[in-house]
Amino acid sequence: MDLIPRLLAGESPALARAITLVENQHPDARELVARLYPHTGQARVIGITGPPGVGKSTLTDQLAVRFRQEGMPVGVVAVDPTSPFTGGAILGDRLRMTRAAGDPGVFIRSLATRGQLGGLSRATGDVIKLMDAAGRRLILLETVGTGQAEIDVMNYAHTTVVVAAPGLGDEIQAIKAGIMEIGDVFVVNKADREGADRTVAELEMMLDMAPDRGGDAWKPRVLRTVARDGTGVDEVLREVKAHWGHLEQAGRLQVWRRRQAEFELAGMVRSLAAARLLEWAHQTGVWAEVRDRVVERSLDPCAGAELLLREYREAFGRRAAKSPGTAGRRGEV
Amino acid sequence: MSDIIRVLVAKPGLDSHDRGAKVVARAYRDAGMEVVYTGLHQTPEQVVEAAVQEDVDVVAISILSGAHDVLVPRIVNLLRERGRGDVLVLVGGVVPEEDIPALEQAGVARVFGPGSRLEEIVEFTRRCVRGQG
Ligand code: B12
Ligand SMILES: Nc1nc2c(ncn2[C@@H]2O[C@H](COP(=O)(O)OP(=O)(O)OP(=O)(O)O)[C@@H](O)[C@H]2O)c(=O)[nH]1
Ligand SMILES: [Mg+2]
Repeated sequence: MDLIPRLLAGESPALARAITLVENQHPDARELVARLYPHTGQARVIGITGPPGVGKSTLTDQLAVRFRQEGMPVGVVAVDPTSPFTGGAILGDRLRMTRAAGDPGVFIRSLATRGQLGGLSRATGDVIKLMDAAGRRLILLETVGTGQAEIDVMNYAHTTVVVAAPGLGDEIQAIKAGIMEIGDVFVVNKADREGADRTVAELEMMLDMAPDRGGDAWKPRVLRTVARDGTGVDEVLREVKAHWGHLEQAGRLQVWRRRQAEFELAGMVRSLAAARLLEWAHQTGVWAEVRDRVVERSLDPCAGAELLLREYREAFGRRAAKSPGTAGRRGEV
Repeated sequence: MSDIIRVLVAKPGLDSHDRGAKVVARAYRDAGMEVVYTGLHQTPEQVVEAAVQEDVDVVAISILSGAHDVLVPRIVNLLRERGRGDVLVLVGGVVPEEDIPALEQAGVARVFGPGSRLEEIVEFTRRCVRGQG
């Protein structure tokens, strides 16, 4: 895999191709990520989330330009929804990132959700790792315009910025119900529009009502911006950095890293374990037996699943004595 | 190969006619492709940088300003310089008949003028990308 040295040297075409392999679940992708993983963990990730059209991409663009001015190599991951009907997507975030897009020091990659719920693409975690390994020290992660349950971004971002805008109406309710808890920084963008004061007041009130997290816990603030002309963006930058400062104290970063590792590990266990079990059950015919008992009503689906697990454990115990066993094989998905 | 085809729809130069670009972008999306649209007034350098970063299979250039003779060969050459000479380059918009051979000579797979059928554009694109793959 000659991609790896080129990617580690920061070459854009190599990084771009690696991302494609990961997105397409190419057979080489697993090993690629495994070999690059030791080179990751350096980057800061800022998540940018909020309802559709509030100015997430425009704000991301402005932040990218400022981090570049500080000499940081920047990566942007921008996620847009895949059409559930055609499987296609128009990835329009880059359209609003014209300031940063002119600078080869900013690597922008648009991803489609490809059926994944949660506001991100399934490949997001790996794409961040690839950018990290390629030396992008600052990564901006823009989610799809969120409804309310799309909180996956908090599992990847050190700092989550929740963006709102005046005149949202119902969408403010959605923020209250869903993404209020995940924001470290709140931004009311389009402050040039009427109603900004009210939106700021609403968000501040919600934050005041949030349960007290203790004396030295981070207290999110509500800032206002006009991302289109850059007004207030420096203040957002300062607030994001203040949040980093906070995260770096009292062992919080280590706590964050553990939580992040657990999120990814648990996700992998869920998908690998389920895939293995299903494959085994189909191959051995146990699946069909259990299914038929569920059809006959002699087992309910939950009891059926437990039976499958039990049978798998027994079969695996027997086979493990003869062969190295599935758990011993590495690099296999 | 079931990998999703990725297309960059580009509008280089000072041309502001964007209807065609948007119509074609939508047609590609409806055909199950992922389309990155860069917006108006892009330099050839910006178009190629976007094509590299987005790792697209196709660069679809829409141009109605008459500047195709300069902008298009520049984009093709920059793609080659960046190691992406494999990208399928298509051009659409208003291009006089007599200019087409030169563009094809430069590396453009085909030029689609006004009135081109969207199904044909999609079909041609798919055939070229899959054929190469
Ligand atoms: C509508 C229009 C406008 C609108 C544009 C609105 C907009 N936002 O797009 C307005 C009124 C703003 C406009 C302005 C001007 N226009 Co005008 N305009 C047209 C007109 C009548 C139709 C273009 C159009 O939208 N067609 C509908 C779309 C869907 O068709 P299309 O773009 O051709 O796309 C199809 C194919 O070409 C192809 N396709 C297009 N792109 C791509 C890309 C790929 C990759 C593929 C595969 C296929 C593909 O697929 C599409 C579907 O079949 C054309 C004349 C014509 N008949 O083409 C003149 C025309 C393009 N305009 C012209 C001119 C001169 C101007 C102005 C300079 C006029 C002026 N003096 O002010 C300004 C310049 C604006 C600017 N800064 O660029 C000239 C260009 C001459 C030239 N190239 O040498 C034309 C050809 C008229 C003429 N015969 O003189 N214009
Ligand atoms: N008036 C005003 N308009 C803005 C401002 N910031 C962005 N916009 C406009 O709002 C529209 C949407 O901006 P985007 O940055 O694409 O918003 P987004 O949240 O990324 O949108 P999605 O990704 O589609 O959810 C664009 O037309 C922007 O030009 C602002 O501060 N004031
Ligand atoms: Mg956006």
